[in-house]
Amino acid sequence: MNLMTKAGPIAFAFGLLLTTAAQAADVVNVYSARKEALIKPLLDEFSANTGIKVNLITGKADALLKRLQVEGSASPADVFITVDAGRLHRAKTAGVLKPISLPALEQRIPASLRDADGYWYGLTLRARPIIYAKQRVDIKRLSSYEALADSVWDGRLCLRSSQSVYNQSLVAASIDAIGKEATQDWLDGMVENLAKPPSGGDTDQLKAVAAGVCDVTIANTYYLGRLIKSDKPADQKVASKLAVFWPNQSDTDNLGRGAHFNVSGAGLTKYGKHPQQAQQLLAYLASDAAQRWYADINNEYPVVPGVAVSATLESFGAYKMDPIALQILGEKNRQAVQLMDRAGWR
Amino acid sequence: MLKRHGLSVFAVTVAALLMLPVLVILSYLIKADGALWQHMFETVLNDYLINSLLLLLGVGSGVLLLGVPTAWLTSMCDFPGRRWLSWALLLPLAVPAYIIAYTYTGLLDFAGPVQTWIRDITGLGYGDYWFFEIRSLGGAIVMMSLVLYPYVYLMARAAFLEQSVSSIEVGCSLGYSRWRALWSLALPMARPAIVAGLSLALMETLADYGTVQYFGVSTFTTGIFRTFYGYGDTAAAAQLAASLLAFVILLVMLERYSRRRARYHSAAESRARADLIPLTGSKAFLALMICLVPLGFGFVIPAGQLLWWAVFEAEPLGWEFVNLAWNSFCLAFLAALVAVTLAILLAYAQRARPIKPVRGVLAMSGFGYALPGTIIAIGVLIPLAWIDHRIIALFEGWGWDSPGLILSGSLIALLFAYTVRFLAVALGSVQAGLEKIKPSLDYAGRSMGHSPLAILRKIHVPLMRSSVLTAVLIVFVDVLKELPATLILRPFNFNTMAVRAYELASDERLVDAAPASIMIVLVGLIPVLLLHTSIARRRPQ
Repeated sequence: MNLMTKAGPIAFAFGLLLTTAAQAADVVNVYSARKEALIKPLLDEFSANTGIKVNLITGKADALLKRLQVEGSASPADVFITVDAGRLHRAKTAGVLKPISLPALEQRIPASLRDADGYWYGLTLRARPIIYAKQRVDIKRLSSYEALADSVWDGRLCLRSSQSVYNQSLVAASIDAIGKEATQDWLDGMVENLAKPPSGGDTDQLKAVAAGVCDVTIANTYYLGRLIKSDKPADQKVASKLAVFWPNQSDTDNLGRGAHFNVSGAGLTKYGKHPQQAQQLLAYLASDAAQRWYADINNEYPVVPGVAVSATLESFGAYKMDPIALQILGEKNRQAVQLMDRAGWR
Repeated sequence: MLKRHGLSVFAVTVAALLMLPVLVILSYLIKADGALWQHMFETVLNDYLINSLLLLLGVGSGVLLLGVPTAWLTSMCDFPGRRWLSWALLLPLAVPAYIIAYTYTGLLDFAGPVQTWIRDITGLGYGDYWFFEIRSLGGAIVMMSLVLYPYVYLMARAAFLEQSVSSIEVGCSLGYSRWRALWSLALPMARPAIVAGLSLALMETLADYGTVQYFGVSTFTTGIFRTFYGYGDTAAAAQLAASLLAFVILLVMLERYSRRRARYHSAAESRARADLIPLTGSKAFLALMICLVPLGFGFVIPAGQLLWWAVFEAEPLGWEFVNLAWNSFCLAFLAALVAVTLAILLAYAQRARPIKPVRGVLAMSGFGYALPGTIIAIGVLIPLAWIDHRIIALFEGWGWDSPGLILSGSLIALLFAYTVRFLAVALGSVQAGLEKIKPSLDYAGRSMGHSPLAILRKIHVPLMRSSVLTAVLIVFVDVLKELPATLILRPFNFNTMAVRAYELASDERLVDAAPASIMIVLVGLIPVLLLHTSIARRRPQ
């Protein structure tokens, strides 16, 4: 016992200096803004298949990006994984990524879902449609994101905070499609219509709609998918009251660009010491097996066309996707935040 | 010369090192982006300021109202339950603010069990009845007051306990009533400690991001992250943080000025057993209630809810949790050791030689506490990575392999960040303890030929033992709860309980975050209980 209590802190103290553990030969070092629970199982599978050990640090995207920048040429990271195309674009412009050209990726991933120069590749698709209360909303009233600014929705709209990068990217896509002024009008109108000040995450907005606080919201589909698949009766009850509406689907008016989608994705770091292993990892993450895993476990849509999706995703129906080149979301992010500030969207 | 000033030189060096990250942040002030500031000034800055001030005002009143009366009652009065309450009142300290926030949200939100129940039995719909909106500025004030009052309670209680019996007794013999003695003697004598606790609570409030972000309250801190994450602009975020810091410096200076040259010493003997004020009947009941309110709302209810989630609803814990708990425990323990040792040396250097440079750097070395952990982490990362790159260049110049990022890529960066962030906590407690020891004891020691360090070891540390232990406890628990710096600076494959709780909570799986959250609380209880037994040995029975 005595020995144990003494050995513990000593072993720990050695850990203080164990930075070089990440430099051994057959490893790949990953900085991931995807949560551990949503990436580790895939990395484990990759290790089991290839014998390449994966070292992982998770964190917030911009903080990891800052760390990569500061570490510079000495950085141990080989792969940078993050959610949101805006962040991927930011990493590219920050000069921490290295372009690669892998047929395995380029043939499988559609061009709009990866960087034109090969700095990053989208790995999963995340849809952000309108979600509404089945019993209280006449579906004929729903058409586009822009229409949520109509006075019909006065006091009936819930939105998550504009701090959320998902909302920032949605607004950035709108700036690209309809211009700054029309986007500002749209934001002003939506803020007028809010049933309550924005707070909480996407799931909280879904619960608010189910509880009758408001009738419509905008949320990523995988949060709804999670409630549907939950084994908790309370979650299922919430899910049973909600339905997905794919906005901007019309082929006849100028708002028919399609529903807003974003990606999670990855790129190789500029100074990575294990580029070979890193490319292998990226190829694995775009493989059919990995793509299906995302769809099954986290209800995200695959980026690779033709990979079967889960029954839950199937139940949300068919959609037309906004074909915007995703790096534009990054380029217009700053403008988007400024417009949201002006609209008073907290 | 060096021998005479050795301690002072050491103190100035250490303090300067600890100020480095803060200086890195301040250095961003010179590259202001006019257009962005203009935009923020026109749109959001006003909101940030007003909300931050209201939050400070609310939490400040809250922690004083909860902390001081409970400290007074448990240290000066005798009533049923006093002995276990005296340590139980510390328990909310182990609950991180963002965790109590989401726990109460789960309970009190419109979709939560309480409001659902109200709707079910009354048949009313949302909006037909009034209910406290937990996700609001008011909610944030209540949440933070409930978990931050222990700072005031701890410091005030340590001060009350270390107060000499004789001061109060002299007061009483001169015709003061017990209550008059409280107002005119005990409270003013405890003032440095109470203010130290209060400023800790307020600085923690300013640095908080998790709670205000979850509740959708726009404060200065959410503004910092909006610029950092939303605009991707480190410089502007650092400038906002620097302005926040300027505000804190102003506050600290105001407090110093208001205290000016007043000194509060007392003979260093602890209270004898006889002089607790006995409370009976309704007074005892009232005292019990006053103590049960913060304990119940700050610990029993949230911990109970977490436990319920953890046991009945969340994904069960695996063995991995042993590892997480061990990592958290070791980090917190090491950080507490480092921070408190440095705090003792710094505080004592100032006492031994209260010269201007020492006082100056000491006052500034604690400012890290008011900065959000993410900002501190960046301030730590930049200088450490710079040194790392010099080391690597040196190695490669000699034709050796690069050693990698020895400082910025290891736990050293993390420990450094914790020390920068939490030194203020340790200093506050240690200084309050040190101030109550009469300088005449120093002179006596000096006249007997002891060196300053020997005096520190033989006289001061034993006399202020409870203050030192208090400092260790608070830093330990703070590090245990710390999230943002840990998240950015930790090495590969290294997780703590706070990281796990955050990852699940930020993925909107609040219930699944409960097991990790309750573990933070449980590990945090260990030092609370140790502290209790240690102080109890010298307490009146």
